[in-house]
Amino acid sequence: MVGDSKLGLKTDEASRRIPSDSKSPPALVVDRLTKCFGERIAFSDVSFEVAHGEVFGFLGPNGAGKTTTVRALGTLIAPTSGTATVAGIPLSPENGMEIRRRVSIMPETPGLYLRLTVTENLEYFAGLYGLRQPGARIIDALEAVNLGDRAGDLCGGLSKGLRQRVALARTLLSDPVIMFLDEPTSGLDPVAAREVHELISDLRQKGVTIFLTTHRLEEAEELCDRVAILDTTLRTVGRPAELRAQLFKSALVVRTLVPLSDPDQVFNDIVTVEGWTSDDPGSYVLSVSDLRLAAPEVTRCLVRAGADVLSISEAQHSLEDVYLELIDDDVEAHRR
Amino acid sequence: MTGLDTARVRAVMGKEMRDYRRKRSIVVTMAILPFLFLIEPVVTIFLVPTTTAISGPDTYVILPLLYLLLIPSVMPSTLAAYSVVGEREQGTLEPLLTTPISQQEFILGKAAAVMIPTMMLSYTVFGLFLAAVALFAKSVVASAVFYQVPVLLALFLLTPLLAGWAIVVGMAVSVRASEVRVAQQLSMLASLPPVGLILLLAVGVIHPTFAVAFIFAVVLLAIDVRALRIVSKMLDRERLVTGSRAARS
Repeated sequence: MVGDSKLGLKTDEASRRIPSDSKSPPALVVDRLTKCFGERIAFSDVSFEVAHGEVFGFLGPNGAGKTTTVRALGTLIAPTSGTATVAGIPLSPENGMEIRRRVSIMPETPGLYLRLTVTENLEYFAGLYGLRQPGARIIDALEAVNLGDRAGDLCGGLSKGLRQRVALARTLLSDPVIMFLDEPTSGLDPVAAREVHELISDLRQKGVTIFLTTHRLEEAEELCDRVAILDTTLRTVGRPAELRAQLFKSALVVRTLVPLSDPDQVFNDIVTVEGWTSDDPGSYVLSVSDLRLAAPEVTRCLVRAGADVLSISEAQHSLEDVYLELIDDDVEAHRR
Repeated sequence: MTGLDTARVRAVMGKEMRDYRRKRSIVVTMAILPFLFLIEPVVTIFLVPTTTAISGPDTYVILPLLYLLLIPSVMPSTLAAYSVVGEREQGTLEPLLTTPISQQEFILGKAAAVMIPTMMLSYTVFGLFLAAVALFAKSVVASAVFYQVPVLLALFLLTPLLAGWAIVVGMAVSVRASEVRVAQQLSMLASLPPVGLILLLAVGVIHPTFAVAFIFAVVLLAIDVRALRIVSKMLDRERLVTGSRAARS
């Protein structure tokens, strides 16, 4: 099945599968999963795979169906159609308990018992996961989130950031095969968010599979091996660099001290330049077919034209550009 | 269907107990209410006219004893009504439902956490009442109270069963309610049927004999067990998390 994007993105079967260089079997296989609440479609026809040890980013605007997807994969809600295999177990109501044993979910809100201490909260969840003698596991989890010295504090007295870290420690307790983190840095200050990023990086080093939903694109860019962009339907899946390459043509940014008197004359004769735009005087973005060939040719032509060249560089596109390009397109479609 | 893991039931119960202890208003309410229920029976017993010849079942004696059964009938409903919808309101339900706990384990743990303090307080109040009667009531009144063996037996036997009814009804309401206040008000209404039965016994429409107490206990036990199973099945994860029932495909 091919979900063609008019933006030229590949959303075919191959891109949804785990990368071919991945040596491990998939931790998560989702195939045409759909969830409807009555007439309302939460998400539709979602397919992707996540490899063991991969950090997989799940991006999308509010109401895109990210949290509902996490809830479906975590057996909190039943999908309307489609199939999935979570941590090697087929997703079904009968397998709910077994799947919940192997995964852990951190919802967007920490959901801590505020009248209990940090340790008491973790002891409770250790009991629910059936952990015998959980003392050492609790200490390790608290150390992992740098909360070892706050173990005896009442959760009600902790800041939002610290509560978020306790919730993260809670997800570590059961040594899960897959961790679903739903907006783990939501509402955190930059320092606290940085600590959570470091923890996720550490977990990746240890081979934990992480399914991360987030609004923070720089976070996804930094942490995720691959990302999926969801807006009720899956818009794309892939490595951030691949998505950028698929979505945006190669481009050179040329800056000159004085605006060119006739840019058309300069650029139109260059074979590798397919078109150009200029938002600011003295700044030109050239769409090129091959960067390596175009850069020296453009330089020569500019010098020949007597331009005072300040810089010639490759245009950089972030994951945010990819996201906005895709989601803006959806917003426009909704408006129409 | 997997078996019941008692460790998980104990975990839920232990957490609830800790939570009660930390919230002073819960402890105070739990402690005060039963002792308020103690006032009327004690006053009634101590006001029994000394000239009254008491022998056999007598309203003067039976009424105060049956009045004590209101404690397990009414006291647990508020706590039970809070049990599920309260967790939902404070945002702790979803993390809990992501764990391997089963519906039965969750419900049993919650029910036990309400049942244990209810029984402890109910029996403490019964004990205090009987001790007060033995020590301070006129001997003719005291011996009349201790003569009511079927009623005393009913008191001990029906306490956990009446509490069980109030708890399962309170939890059923809590599973479905959208907010705590609604759940607590509805669960109070649900305690009325056993209260009505107690009144029928008290006013003599039903005569409190050993057989009546036994039949009443057996029927109530069957209802409690069945109701507990129904409440476990009502605990639908999807409904609790999203507010809508899972669509069956």
